[in-house]
Amino acid sequence: MNVASGIVFQILQSVLVLLIAPLMVGWVNQCRAWLQNKSGPGIWQPYKVLNKLFHKDAVLAHNASPLFWATPYILFGSMWLAGGIVPVLATSLPFAPAADVIALVGLFAFARVFIALAGMDVGTSFGTLGARREMMIGFLAEPAMLMTLFTASLISQSTSLVTIVETLGHGDLVIYPSMAFAAAGFVMVLLAENGRIPIDNPSTHLELTMIHEAMILEYSARHLALVEWAASLKLTAYVTIGIAIFVPWGIAQAGDWAGIPVALAALALKLTIAGAGLALLEALSAKMRIFRAPEFLGTAFMLATLGMLVHFLLET
Amino acid sequence: MELLVLLLVPFAGGLVLALWGHRSLAPELNSGISLLTFLASAALTARIIADGPLLVWDQMFFVDSFNVFLVALTAFVSFTTTLFSRPYMRIELQKGKLTPGRLRLYHSMYQMFTFAMLVVLLTNSVGILWVAMEAATLTTVLLISLYRTPASLEAAWKYFILCGVGLAQALFGTILLYFAAEKVLGAGGTALLWTHLYEVKGQLEPTVLALSFVFLLVGYGTKVGLVPLHNWLPDAHAEGPTPISAVLSGLLLNVALYSIIRAKVLVDGALGSHFAGNLMMGFGLLSVVVAAFLLPRQKDIKRLFAYSSIEHMGLMTFAFGMGGPVASFAGMLHMTVHSLTKSAIFFAVGHAAQKSGTQIMADIRGLIDSNPTIGWGLMLGSLAILGMPPFGVFTSEFMLLTATMHEQPWATPFLLVALGVSFAAIFGKVQPMVFGVATLQRLPHRPALLPVFVHLGIVLLLGLYIPPYLAVWYRQAAQLVG
Amino acid sequence: MNLPLHAQIINLCAALLLLLAFAMLTQRRIRSLINLFSAQGLVLVISTLTVAYATHQTHLYYSALLTLVLKVMLLPWIMHRLIRKLNVRWDVESVLNIPATLLIGIVLVIFAFNLAAPISQFSDTIAKSTLGIATACIFLAFLMMITRRKAISQVIGFLAMENGLFFAATSATYGMPMVVELGIALDVLVGTLIFGVFFFHIREKFESLDIHHLEKLKER
Repeated sequence: MNVASGIVFQILQSVLVLLIAPLMVGWVNQCRAWLQNKSGPGIWQPYKVLNKLFHKDAVLAHNASPLFWATPYILFGSMWLAGGIVPVLATSLPFAPAADVIALVGLFAFARVFIALAGMDVGTSFGTLGARREMMIGFLAEPAMLMTLFTASLISQSTSLVTIVETLGHGDLVIYPSMAFAAAGFVMVLLAENGRIPIDNPSTHLELTMIHEAMILEYSARHLALVEWAASLKLTAYVTIGIAIFVPWGIAQAGDWAGIPVALAALALKLTIAGAGLALLEALSAKMRIFRAPEFLGTAFMLATLGMLVHFLLET
Repeated sequence: MELLVLLLVPFAGGLVLALWGHRSLAPELNSGISLLTFLASAALTARIIADGPLLVWDQMFFVDSFNVFLVALTAFVSFTTTLFSRPYMRIELQKGKLTPGRLRLYHSMYQMFTFAMLVVLLTNSVGILWVAMEAATLTTVLLISLYRTPASLEAAWKYFILCGVGLAQALFGTILLYFAAEKVLGAGGTALLWTHLYEVKGQLEPTVLALSFVFLLVGYGTKVGLVPLHNWLPDAHAEGPTPISAVLSGLLLNVALYSIIRAKVLVDGALGSHFAGNLMMGFGLLSVVVAAFLLPRQKDIKRLFAYSSIEHMGLMTFAFGMGGPVASFAGMLHMTVHSLTKSAIFFAVGHAAQKSGTQIMADIRGLIDSNPTIGWGLMLGSLAILGMPPFGVFTSEFMLLTATMHEQPWATPFLLVALGVSFAAIFGKVQPMVFGVATLQRLPHRPALLPVFVHLGIVLLLGLYIPPYLAVWYRQAAQLVG
Repeated sequence: MNLPLHAQIINLCAALLLLLAFAMLTQRRIRSLINLFSAQGLVLVISTLTVAYATHQTHLYYSALLTLVLKVMLLPWIMHRLIRKLNVRWDVESVLNIPATLLIGIVLVIFAFNLAAPISQFSDTIAKSTLGIATACIFLAFLMMITRRKAISQVIGFLAMENGLFFAATSATYGMPMVVELGIALDVLVGTLIFGVFFFHIREKFESLDIHHLEKLKER
């Protein structure tokens, strides 16, 4: 494989992820508005918000430490990295050796630690409250996430996303019942990790039960823009991980220029469907009390474990 | 022919009584139907003894000397129970504990229950056996809840749920058995027939069979009332009408044990080991000991004898589990004498409870003064069930103990202690009831005590002298059981 | 690992059955519980039909039909009617909390898989590996009967156990002989009817369908 074309592919994919992430959020919000019989702000709204925020003056609390202003950059960087190493468009990228599911979970955990610390840094009660809740959700979601990914990796005998995609996407069509369990568990983790509706509500600052919004209340202007962008990158990264594991068809090999249009079209289609599905799920469910969250994530963990057991029973 | 009559009469009787079971002569009709059933079973028995085993109707029914003996016993006890229930249920009706509609339900379900038990005993198919056992459960649920009191509803619910779960386990065991048999016998009906299974038992897969036996033992063991699956039994006995307590203890438990024994013979034959027998011995011994130590705590007279039934079923399970000619003979004899004695006791207890208007033992006093026959019936029955020498229970328990000392000496002290404890408990409680100062009222109908003394007479006879043809018959059956 | 397509469909059905068993374990509302039960029946019908089609066992078509009529339509209909008549629409209470129940459920599943593993070795049916799932469904239904307090949910647990048994029979041996299956179906139907009658009596006496009213009979 040509190293240069690999690098070109890598850059292409990273930029693409960076650009479509806000679009993804816009699309989900738009679908949600439609489902609620509202007209909605349009799918370009997140870009307008980012643009507006970047043109404002940043205000920092006078007791904020360097950690507080460094966090948005760390967050943004790690999320972008995550989006870059997931095989979104093509496999065998130069970053591919890093596309290990355990490493990815580690990367998300790393970002989580920083945002939780930053939430507590200024010392407001909301920030601390949000940080504590975020850590609780994370502590419950991570094992569930790992279990779903392990179930998927059992089939391809590897925890590398690239190998998983290649085994599942380029082999014969086989129905894996264990994957159905893992997929259900993964969707639940995705909802919880991205602050979507049964666990958190992304569209309000007004609820005492908020989690993600409570941590970032103190941010403004470019810092807030980066945090928001990072959040949309995280959502995109999760969705693309899900796509890579559960519906990997259409992802191109690196260096295969002819595969690019197909890969792009497939990606656009899958993201559109995923976004609409996400909106539908959110519209159908009601937000849970925070104390029901362990139950929700416990179910996700159980589903993943069951998937693993079913794999051993039916597929070996 | 006899078989057809034997099965058809109670079934048709159940349907007829469903229509006319509330008329004034219905109890007599009920007895008449049961008498017919008994006569048919006697004729069938005579034929089997003369001609040997019988396999009829597409091999779906199978009669050998083992099950025909239980069939005769079942038909006999269900007949005498109808004689007892005639005045008993009339008194209950007069006391307002029942309505005529419920009496109709009682009569109809009584016959259906008999029918279901006979099918369990006679069928050759393990699957039909399960279906009939479930049917017997459903009919007894309706019978136990007959009074519709909160306590009886609770007892029936408990019985329903526990036995339902138990039977589900038994169904799983049956499926596993079919699974093992299908390999050898091919798919279709024949793979579930006892006769075919026995022929090929050496070729069946041992692992599957062992697992299947565990499920069957747990499932049907729930119905036998083996500890720790016995919880439903005292409640069902105490809260249902007394004739039902009599047939539950005297017959249904035997029938359930019969299914286990059939499976045990098959499984031990296939495994070539003593796995099933050992399991049965373990459960049996546990039941004997636990039930004996629960006896002294009882206050309700029907619960007392229900626990005594658990103890005796444990003894039988232990005997059949141990196997060998002596133990199996003892088990068979014990089945007979226990059925007769226990139902006789429940007849006496039923009238005693009606006379005193309570089932609490502390409130029943002085039976011997007010009604000597009931008093003596209860006293002699209790002595018989406790294994006092002239009665048949003594003979069977003595044989069982002898066999135990030979085969499994370690179990003897457990059995002796349990028997001693139960003796002290039951005798200590029955004695003041019979001989205390009377506190009783008159009954509006003459109690039917003939069955009590007929049963006890037979038990006494069996204790003193086992007729040679009966001994031969038992020996044959014991050989089948192994 | 390249199973034929019908085997894959059966495996998928098995997985769905297991999923539904867990859903029933955690479902708090009685009406949804009944719907889940009938969904379980439907999955059972599909898998039975697949087995029947793949192995040309005609009698399995009949038992699939029987399941469809009895467990997907008749029994849920009876239970919905009962609930309307008894006016019980309140939430089902669980004795244990749900995460604990789930954990116990997973342990049971592992136990069931291990139990079934030696048996399915001897099987040569196309659906042999699903025997473990069938066993797990039986145990989970059993767990549901233990953890529930309402009479109706206990009955549904009982019926779900029967579903598991039926699935075990199809997957391990292509079903029991027809006579036996008819008998079992009849028993289940009659049993449910009797349960139904019972609900009315229980409610009449205790003014509730809560089983904890039925805990008076104890060793005194």
